[in-house]
Amino acid sequence: MNRRAFLRASAAATGGLLVSIYFDLPVQAQAAPQKTFPPDAFVHVRPDGKIVVTVNRCELGQGVATALPMILADEMDADWSAVVAELAPAADVYKDPVYGFQNTGGSATIANSFQQYRELGARTRAMLISAAADRWHVPAGECKTAAGVVRGPAGQTARYSELADDAVRQPVPQKIDLKRPADFRIIGRPIRRIDSRQKCDGSQRFGLDLELPGMLIAVVARPPVFGGRVMQFDDTRARAIAGVRDVFKIPLVNGDAVAIVADRFWAAKQARERLQVQWDLSGVEKADSSDLSKRYGELARTPGNVAVNRGDASVLERIPPDKRIVAEYEFPYLAHTPMEPLNATVRFDGDRAEAWVPSQFPTYDHAAVAEILGLKPEQVAFHIEFAGGGFGRRQAFDSHVPREAAAIAQRVRSAPVKLVWTREDDVQGGYYRPMFVHRVEVGIGDSGAPIAWRHVVVGQSYVIGTPFESYLVKNGVDFDSVTGTADTPYSIPNLHVTAHHPKVNVPPSQWRSIGSTHNAFVMETLIDELATRAKMEPIAYRMKLLKPEARRLRASLALLNEKSGWRRNLARGHAVGIACSEYQGTAVACAADVSIESKRPRIHRVTVAVHCGLPVNPLSIESQFQGGIVFGLTQLMSKGAITLKDGRVEQRNFDGFTPPYIGDAPPIIDVHVVPSDEPPTGCGEPPVPVISPAVVNALTKLTGKRYRTLPITAL
Amino acid sequence: MTSYQLTVNGHPREVSTDPSTPLLWVLREDLKMTGTKYGCGIGACGACTVHLEGTATRSCLLPVSSIGDRAIVTIEGIAGDPVGRAVQDAWVDTDVVQCGYCQSGQIMSAVALLKSNRKPADRDIEASMSNLCRCGTYVRIRAAIKSAAAKLA
Repeated sequence: MNRRAFLRASAAATGGLLVSIYFDLPVQAQAAPQKTFPPDAFVHVRPDGKIVVTVNRCELGQGVATALPMILADEMDADWSAVVAELAPAADVYKDPVYGFQNTGGSATIANSFQQYRELGARTRAMLISAAADRWHVPAGECKTAAGVVRGPAGQTARYSELADDAVRQPVPQKIDLKRPADFRIIGRPIRRIDSRQKCDGSQRFGLDLELPGMLIAVVARPPVFGGRVMQFDDTRARAIAGVRDVFKIPLVNGDAVAIVADRFWAAKQARERLQVQWDLSGVEKADSSDLSKRYGELARTPGNVAVNRGDASVLERIPPDKRIVAEYEFPYLAHTPMEPLNATVRFDGDRAEAWVPSQFPTYDHAAVAEILGLKPEQVAFHIEFAGGGFGRRQAFDSHVPREAAAIAQRVRSAPVKLVWTREDDVQGGYYRPMFVHRVEVGIGDSGAPIAWRHVVVGQSYVIGTPFESYLVKNGVDFDSVTGTADTPYSIPNLHVTAHHPKVNVPPSQWRSIGSTHNAFVMETLIDELATRAKMEPIAYRMKLLKPEARRLRASLALLNEKSGWRRNLARGHAVGIACSEYQGTAVACAADVSIESKRPRIHRVTVAVHCGLPVNPLSIESQFQGGIVFGLTQLMSKGAITLKDGRVEQRNFDGFTPPYIGDAPPIIDVHVVPSDEPPTGCGEPPVPVISPAVVNALTKLTGKRYRTLPITAL
Repeated sequence: MTSYQLTVNGHPREVSTDPSTPLLWVLREDLKMTGTKYGCGIGACGACTVHLEGTATRSCLLPVSSIGDRAIVTIEGIAGDPVGRAVQDAWVDTDVVQCGYCQSGQIMSAVALLKSNRKPADRDIEASMSNLCRCGTYVRIRAAIKSAAAKLA
C-alpha cells in the first residue's frame, strides 16, 4: 500500500497546538489508545508552556527519549527545559520511516528518525512564526526564534505557548529550511538524560511495575525441553495456596504450558513450585551443547552456502603450510538477561482488549495479541512501557511473550493479567544468541597481508522461517550471521565465505550487535595474529590493510592512535590489545589495557574512538560506549555461557549465567568521538563487538596463547 | 495470612500476608511501592536492595515474618537522608542511569557504603557494590559515588 503521509495541525482538547502525522487513507491502527493527546501526534505545544514530544521508539536505556526530543526541539528552537518526552503507543504513524514497521532495534533510531524529527520541529516552528507574524502584521521572514520565544522586528515577543492556539489555524508549510549544523543549539551538546531523576527516586514505572485495578498476576510452567507438551497435570496442591485463582493449559509458540493466575506474584510462584506436570517430550529434539560442538565442527570442514566468493579460492592451496593459519573458533549460546524480567499485561473484554508491553517490536507484538484474541489490531490498544533493558530480547520475531499473556487474558476475561517471567524463566527460556563455530584458513602473502581467506560459519539463523527471511536471507545465507566477515573492510583479494544454518531445537534471537558478536572476534583476533607474524604494530597493520573506502574505520583508528598514547608506557605485567569494527555505519576502534590477576583477565583501562557521523548527544554516546563495552564483556566471563545437556538448559539464574559485576568491568573507559557533520548513525550496538577481541589480543601478548573458544576457562 | 506491623520510611504500615512472602513483594504488591525491583529472586543481582536498620539488605530473600520491628528504608524514602539525597543528586549530575531498572538498588548500596566509609577507594567500591547492571553503567557509578563522597566531606 502506497500511503502518503501528511502533517496536520490541530487544537488539543486540553488546549494548545498539536502537530500530527496522518495518512491519506484511513488507518485503522490510529484508533490506538489515547494518552494525553491523540495517538497521531508528535508535538504538543501546551498552554502551560510544556512541549510534549512523542517518541516513536521504546526507551530501553539507550537514550532515545532524550535524543529524539533534542532533535525536534533544536529545529523548533524550543526551550529545552520545557520539553517532556512521552512514549508512543503502537500505531502506523509511529513506524520507522525507513523500515516500515514500528520497532526499536538495529541501532536505527538516530539513523532513521533524525531527518523525521528535524522536519517535525522545523514545521512546528514555522507555524508558530506565522501565527506571530499575523498577530503583529509583519512578514514572517522578519521574525526570529530562540528558546521558545518568537521575536518580531520591532522588539515584539511572544512565547510559543501564547501562540499555540493561533498556530492551529496556520497552514502546515510544505517546504521548510533546516538549520545548518553550525546553528544547532541542542544537537551536538552533551545533554543529560530527560528521565534521570525518576530513575533515581524509584518513581519511573517500568512494564513490570504496572498496577491496574483488579489486576491479577500470572506465571507459567513451561516444558523442561523446548517444544514439550503437557500430558497431564495435578494442580491440587497449587490451588491450595491462598490467592490462587486459576490453573490451566495454554499453547506456546512451540509446545504448550500450564499457566497459574493469582492475586499476587508470591502466591503464583509458590503454586508453580507445587504444581505437578507430566510432560510429553516424545518426538522433541534434545539439544546438547557438546553434541552440537562436534556436529558444527564437522560441518565447518565442508563449504556451506556461499556468502561471498571473490577472486580465486584455489590460491589458498598453492600457499605453503608455514604461510597458512588454520583456526577453529567456538562460541556458546548467550542470554540477554535484561535487568527487568520479561513481562506483558493484557486485559481482554470480549470485543476489545488493551495491552501494556515493554516492547522493541510493537507492530508485530500488537498483531500477535490481536490474533490470539481473535480481534483486529484496531480493537486492541497497545501501550509501550519503559523497558528495563532490551538488548534484542524484547524483539522476538514470534512475539512469544505477548502471545502467552494474551492466551492467559483470554481465559481470565475482563481483568488485566500481568504475565511475569521469573529470572529462571528468562535464563532457561531460549531466544539466545545462537552457538557458532567458525573455521578459517588464511594464506599469507610475502608482504604479510592475507591474500587468500576461506571461512566457514556454522550456526542457527534467527531469521529463517520468519517473515523477515525474504529480506535477510540470500542464497541460503542469513547475512546477519556473517556481518563483518563477508563484508570485511579489509582488503583480501581471494575471499571465500560460506555458511551453514543447522536447525536446532533451541530458539535463537538477536543479541546486541547480532553477528558481529562472533564475527568481529574471529576477524580481529586473526588480523592481530597476522600483524604479529608480520612484526607490525597492530594499528599500523590494520591501517595498511583496510580498504580505501573504510573511511570511518581509518578515522577511528587514527584517533585511537592519538588518544591511546598511554599504551606505549604500560605497567609491568600489562599488555594492550587492539580491535576495530564497523556496525550499522558506526566505526569503532578500541584499545584495552589488560593484566592477569587470579588467573582471570583484569581490564584496567579501555579507550575507544568512534565515528558515528554527527554526534547528536556526546554524553549519551559516551554512556552507550561505556555500557556497551561492559555488555560485550559478558562473553568473556567465566560463567558467560548458556549450555544444554540432554535438551535442558544447565544454568538457572545469575548464579549460573553471570554477567560482569562492577569489579569485572574496566574502571576507566575513555570515549573519543571523531568530529563530523555527516548524517548520524547509531550507537546502541556498535560498542559491543570490539571489546572481547581487544581483551583477548592483550591476553595473547601476555601468555603467548591463542584463545579461540569462549568463554575462556583457563588462561 | 498473618498480620505484620512494619516501619517503612518512618511510617507504620500494616500488611496481612503469608509469612514466607519476601519483603520485596510486600513492598511492591501490598504497599504499592514499586521503586524496589525484582531482578533475580536469589540475592544475586541486588535490584531489590533496601536498608534494614541501616544495613543494605536484599529484600527478595527476606521473609516478612523475619523483620520484626527493624526499620525499613526504600528508594522512595532515601531522599530524606542527607547521604541519600547527595547520592541521588550525584547520580543525576553524573548521568549514571541508562534503563534505570537496577539503579534503585545501586543507590541503596552506595548510600550504605558511604555511611560506613566516607571516602571509598575503587577497591572499596568493588567490594561493596555487588549490584548487577546489564546496561554497564559501572564507570559512572564509580564516578558518582566519588562525587557524592566529595560533596559530603
